[in-house]
Amino acid sequence: MLFAVLSGFIAALVAPFVHRLVERWSGWLFALLPIALFVYFTQFIGPVASAEGVISSYDLLPSLGINISFHVDGLSLLFALLITGIGTLVVVYSGSYLAGHPEQGIFFSYLLAFMASMLGLVLTDNAIILFVFWELTSLTSYFLIGFDHERAAARSAALQALLVTGLGGLALLAGLILMGNIGGTLEFSELMFSGDLIRFHPLYVPILLLIALGAFTKSAQVPFHFWLPSAMEAPAPVSTYLHSATMVKAGIYLLARLNPVLGDTVIWEALLTPFGAVTMLTGAYLAVLHTDIKRILAYTTISALGMMTMLLGIGTSIAIQACVVFLLAHALYKGALFLMAGAVSHETGTRDVTELGGLYEKMPLVAIGGCIAALSSAGVPPHLGFVGKEIVYRAVSDETTQIVLLGAMFLTSIAYVVVAGVVGYRPFFGKLRDYPTEPHQPDLGFWIGPALLAGLGLVVGIKPDLLESWLVAPAAAAIEFQPVAVELALWHGFHYSLLLSLCAFVLGALVYSKWDGFRANVSSLDYSVLWGPARWYDWLLSGISVIARITTRTLQSGHLHFYLLIIVATVIGLIGGSLLPQYLPLGLSRWSDVRVHEFVLAVVVLAATILVVRARKLITAVVSLGVVGYGVALFFLFFSAPDLAMTQFAIESLSVLLLVLVLFRLPEIERYSKTSERIRDALPALAFGGLMTVLVLTVTALSREARLAPFFAEHSYPDAKGLNVVNVILVDFRGLDTMGEITVLSIAAIGVFSLLKLFLSGKNKPEEKQ
Amino acid sequence: MNSLILSAATRYLLPLLLLLSVYLLLRGHNLPGGGFVGGLVGASAFALYCIAHGVDAARRVLRVSPRTLIAVGLLTAAASGCLSLFVGLPFMTGIWSSDVPAFLGKIGTPAVFDLGVYLVVLGVVLTIIYSLSEE
Repeated sequence: MLFAVLSGFIAALVAPFVHRLVERWSGWLFALLPIALFVYFTQFIGPVASAEGVISSYDLLPSLGINISFHVDGLSLLFALLITGIGTLVVVYSGSYLAGHPEQGIFFSYLLAFMASMLGLVLTDNAIILFVFWELTSLTSYFLIGFDHERAAARSAALQALLVTGLGGLALLAGLILMGNIGGTLEFSELMFSGDLIRFHPLYVPILLLIALGAFTKSAQVPFHFWLPSAMEAPAPVSTYLHSATMVKAGIYLLARLNPVLGDTVIWEALLTPFGAVTMLTGAYLAVLHTDIKRILAYTTISALGMMTMLLGIGTSIAIQACVVFLLAHALYKGALFLMAGAVSHETGTRDVTELGGLYEKMPLVAIGGCIAALSSAGVPPHLGFVGKEIVYRAVSDETTQIVLLGAMFLTSIAYVVVAGVVGYRPFFGKLRDYPTEPHQPDLGFWIGPALLAGLGLVVGIKPDLLESWLVAPAAAAIEFQPVAVELALWHGFHYSLLLSLCAFVLGALVYSKWDGFRANVSSLDYSVLWGPARWYDWLLSGISVIARITTRTLQSGHLHFYLLIIVATVIGLIGGSLLPQYLPLGLSRWSDVRVHEFVLAVVVLAATILVVRARKLITAVVSLGVVGYGVALFFLFFSAPDLAMTQFAIESLSVLLLVLVLFRLPEIERYSKTSERIRDALPALAFGGLMTVLVLTVTALSREARLAPFFAEHSYPDAKGLNVVNVILVDFRGLDTMGEITVLSIAAIGVFSLLKLFLSGKNKPEEKQ
Repeated sequence: MNSLILSAATRYLLPLLLLLSVYLLLRGHNLPGGGFVGGLVGASAFALYCIAHGVDAARRVLRVSPRTLIAVGLLTAAASGCLSLFVGLPFMTGIWSSDVPAFLGKIGTPAVFDLGVYLVVLGVVLTIIYSLSEE
């Protein structure tokens, strides 16, 4: 299981190199990985449908409860199949769509890394690991949206998506940790049993709000929906994969996964149902107003995500089944429509539906796939979209607030019919237009995806019982955390939802026939562009830069002594302030232990220190400072710390070298500071020195009670096979700290490098920049 | 700096100091030494060469960019920690090979981790020194 998830990352590492070898066929070659994973996951269908699920776990940080554990149940299996199945088609499609693009290999690398992150997200059983994969999908999505990185629009869209979902991710982390603290475990499969504990805990509402914030941002719920249409700057395969079929459903997945832990309360329903319903309506409304084919699809995706959130909020057994069926139907038809839209814009050079028409005769195979998918999206029988819509109607009509929700559903269905006409009919029929590029039937990679997805939607629409016990029932059972019996059928007998569907078809067709006029009339009333959440984001972003500029101007004076002063004052304040009021035992009684050579060395260090301060020439000061450092290192040696002494010697030599390198360039000045400045600097310096002296004396007095040193000395050889305790602590016992330290070192080096190289060279050679 | 003595001396000092730095790295597990101090000594070897022969010559002698060293070092350290995951142990659990001939000493993931530290320290110090002396 670990390998199944990690294989995508491994493939991502080698993808650019493999692509260079088999440029023409790389799409088909890379598709072998997702299809192999798809086959691998189909094996789980049987066991999962009959039993609880399959768990496999690897320890990562067991002391913190963080394990790389995977849990295949109905819900994660459904997602894993979608991710790998649609992933296969998307990879094949990308091979054709980006054929000849110079960075196609890197694109595959991002895409496969995304697939692996998404698989990890839905399969993991551990909350922290879920968060890690969650952020990885945001990161890979950033690279994929901004793939066309030479366009500013693509870059800012990528950043917008990253910031919005990243903000939600942080809230999610906080929520998950709180939940884990109360439940006593970070494993979802164990948290399921402490649902009541969490639901009746005083922190339940903050937890729910934080997790919902994560889910809402990821799944583009109002008012965070605006990043999704912007993300349409991404290439078509990315929009298909991330922004309709998989990543945006991660929020839905999370809410579904946590339904047994957090769901079934008044607040849960009061939060999810209204937000979902509003999102559903907003998306449907905005979809009708736009003419860019990908944006239209993005808005209907928002609407569909809203519908799923609403259904999870309702939370009845039928609503959860409806959510699962609709999720599947939507993934199939929306995936097909996005791929179709990509093929159309690739062939014609335009994405504006008002400029499209008559393409059926040029690209019949794409058109057929697109039309079938559009029919499914409009909810026309016998497609899966119809089955999904009917069960949603039934779920909504069981509710007490059914009038409002039914009305919203009805309006949304009308919009879906209009969109199906605009997207699936209008580009292909009617008069053939003039296009920027001459359209022709694209190759196999382009049309096989839409055709397969749309065909699958049709097949399972006619025989929905194929899904019942294998996919839908286990998924619904995982969401409800109890066995569920599911009955899906194309024909459920007469229900008033059938009448609503018929009315929606008629009204939708009517609006479609008047679509151009309708759009013009309504668009003039549309204030969402001026005052909508996308503008809030802009204001927030510019507000942050203003505040950043102000704080930078006040704090970053550029004077080193100012920075040092702040650091030293903070240390004095924090350590001195918290330690000095207490009684500190000072180890002053051991003067007799001082040996002659130690005393001599102390005098030398002191003399050198005075020389540093009094020196007229900088080079004298640097050398004296070196003497102080070597003296301290000698002390380490006297007190049997050879490792420390050696490091200190090396550091001192290097610092002297560095300072000489810098001083070499500075002008000779007699006095660098005035007497008043020297007094100002002397005060914190003396205070700091005094504080350190007190600390050292205290530590000396306390050292007899220390327990750490004997522990390390005792365990160093038997446990870590090393005789040098200091080194064993660094690389083994406290290895994680060292890992952090070398990371910080690297970041510091990058900082120095960019400051010196990029900043200064940019200043010195402005003509090179132009 | 045009000092004949320094430039002649560094020609011999460079390999000697590098040998010392590797020696320090390898003996670190049982005797004073380790990746940190080894990296520092290695860096001072190149720094001396840089002062004596100029930064371009020092870059040529190093062959790879110091920034590459940082990246390789970090990756080595992280990878040595991940190895234990594949045998079902927590991240960064030390794994030691038991069947290596005695004259090679012991080979284990903490030693590889120390090698990563060595490379990072070497890369960081040289990045700073080379950039400073170039500017």
